[in-house]
Amino acid sequence: MATQTQGTSDFTANLGKIYAFYTGGFLGFVVVLAILEQVGVPNNVIGYLFVALTIGVYAFIGIMSRTMQVSEYYVAGRRVPAFYNGMATGADWMSAASFIGMAGTLYLLGYDGLGFVLGWTGGYVLVAILVGPYLRKFGCYTVPDFFAFRYSGNFARFLAIIVLLSCSFTYVVAQIVGTGLIGARLLNMDFTVAVYVGLAGILVCSMLGGMRAVTWTQVAQYIVLIIAYMIPVVILSAQKFGLPLPQFTYGEVLQAITAREQEMVQQGLAAAGQIKSHIQPFTTYDPLNFFGLILCLMIGTASLPHVLMRYFTTPSVREARLSVAWSLLFIFMLYFTAPAYAAFAKLEVYQEVIGRSITELPQWIYSYGKVGLINVCGVQAADPAAVLAACQKIAGHAGILRFGDFAIQADAIVISTPEIAGLPYVVSGLVAAGGLAAALSTADGLLLAIANALSHDVYYKMIDKNAPTARRLLIARTLLIIVALLAAYTASFRPADIVAMVAWAFSLAAAGIFPALVMGIWWKRTSTAGALLGMIVGFGLCLYYLVGTRYFAGSFYEMWSFLSSATPAQAAKYAELKAAWLAAPDNAAAWKAYDTLAQSIANWWGVKNISAALFSLPLGFLIIWAVSLMTPGPTAEMRSFIDEIRKPRGKALFQEKTT
Amino acid sequence: MSNPKEATHWPRTVRLMWIMLALWAFFSFFIHFFVTALNKIVIFGFPLGFYMAAQGSLIAFVVMLFWFAYAQDKIDRDCGVAEDE
Repeated sequence: MATQTQGTSDFTANLGKIYAFYTGGFLGFVVVLAILEQVGVPNNVIGYLFVALTIGVYAFIGIMSRTMQVSEYYVAGRRVPAFYNGMATGADWMSAASFIGMAGTLYLLGYDGLGFVLGWTGGYVLVAILVGPYLRKFGCYTVPDFFAFRYSGNFARFLAIIVLLSCSFTYVVAQIVGTGLIGARLLNMDFTVAVYVGLAGILVCSMLGGMRAVTWTQVAQYIVLIIAYMIPVVILSAQKFGLPLPQFTYGEVLQAITAREQEMVQQGLAAAGQIKSHIQPFTTYDPLNFFGLILCLMIGTASLPHVLMRYFTTPSVREARLSVAWSLLFIFMLYFTAPAYAAFAKLEVYQEVIGRSITELPQWIYSYGKVGLINVCGVQAADPAAVLAACQKIAGHAGILRFGDFAIQADAIVISTPEIAGLPYVVSGLVAAGGLAAALSTADGLLLAIANALSHDVYYKMIDKNAPTARRLLIARTLLIIVALLAAYTASFRPADIVAMVAWAFSLAAAGIFPALVMGIWWKRTSTAGALLGMIVGFGLCLYYLVGTRYFAGSFYEMWSFLSSATPAQAAKYAELKAAWLAAPDNAAAWKAYDTLAQSIANWWGVKNISAALFSLPLGFLIIWAVSLMTPGPTAEMRSFIDEIRKPRGKALFQEKTT
Repeated sequence: MSNPKEATHWPRTVRLMWIMLALWAFFSFFIHFFVTALNKIVIFGFPLGFYMAAQGSLIAFVVMLFWFAYAQDKIDRDCGVAEDE
């Protein structure tokens, strides 16, 4: 045991050298592949080499970090320095959707998309000031541990586990779907094969070493993903402006986009009002939904267990605080680059695609049209002949591509940038490796959060309190594999709804966890009854709003029509469509028309379901406050425990046998 | 109570928390209420309202957090409740 501890501290002391060497090695590898490409090695070989080598490195780190100690498995031995924990959190946080989809969302929504950029960064301020350092001092292994301790017992633990599972499972499935899509689109693999390759990549990182292995692979994955994200857009910026700082040069691009938006209308390529201005606010969301979305994403960030548990691994409370700051810096690097991607891609499309003759479209349109990411004239832009035929069918089409003829999916923006910039395939391979790193690292963190809740909270704390260490670790690993297989199996069906439901995770976590967590730390008077009731009602209301407005839109609207934002015209249309559907219950088109309209008006005061926590958060706080005042407060012992949590000095309260 | 200042630790921590929360609310919400007016100011091609949501607020968050880590640590040390190095 002594030698192992010695080995670990050597490792910690040499972290800088190890990761500098790793980064250099990775860049060297990119250069070697670039040379191989020049001498004629085919593209798919380059792509597979990228995936094989990066997953190989993660597997190597995962196997080197294997452990048989409980505290290493659950919290990486609490030895991860702030800086590296920040990088690991960055990779943990930035998912396949951030890497591949974020820039595309900004492309499609313009200013309104920035709600996501703000929401997914500002939450870290709340983590640092309200939650993270206090949980670190408390010294728990999982977030439900805190609930069980503060709110006397396993019922609170059980509630926290329910919230954790409901927000994490859909999220991890979406990550595995992400690996499948990256494999299918960038590497021409079969979707299902790519899903199981992703699964293998996730398991080798997490199974043997738990949190310890996930931490050190996430650091490695952050380095790959940030390099992969920066390189294409940096080169593009250097080509266009002679300055490799896209984050600063895209100001001029914004001006050019605005000018071109007006020009396209003047040239008759778009009808007035058809184009969403890129810089004007509130073209997609009204202000209530824009700010509601920001609030829900931020508070959701500060409640998601896979994020919070990263701060359990630092050596001290001080480092936990500093680590949140580093995390945000590393996350910021990607999020402040995403709008530049969006702007460059938009200008390229507006100048080089819209207004061109149908027969002279750039080649990249067909590359991504083939995989279903770009439609022209209403059909998949698979090849020039298909596009030409489709456009000729449109009455009065002059053979010039108009604004309305062109449709691109959000996912295409980052993926296609290397080709738009005319870069060799090796850069596309790099982007694939980066996207894969983003998906795998987030999946690892989530999977560990789920499996730990099941093995530590459910099995060890609720079923068998005397389980020996070896059995606890065996159970933890078995559950990890089972959950991973279950997630991959679900993902192999490509569930479209699951991906949309990821956005729900933020509202669910915010509604279920945040009020009880924050009040438990900041208000000593918070009673068990108050917290439990607040969690149940807050989470229940949020779930009701999400499911009701999405899956039972018609009945939700009818029950709450007096709160709906529907205009009289919409209400009349609703009655008409409902009658049409009732007359022909088997007609899918009638149902779709009815349900689509119902979903748009099934709401309270116009709040979209992505911001569902807007109702449950205030209610949760209010219930906890009111019920706490009506019920007996915590014992004197608990009050002094809370005092201890608030002071960095002193031992962790939550002592565990660790070996 | 080994350090007479220990009793002031929590009130000072709470005060810092409210300051941070106010700054957070300012950069998350308040500044963006004026996006349309701010967009009339253009710096290096960036309309200011757009810039604040795309970069300005984000930079503020990062700086705030490093400052917070420093300020809270100072309070902890001052009141004698900081951890040993």
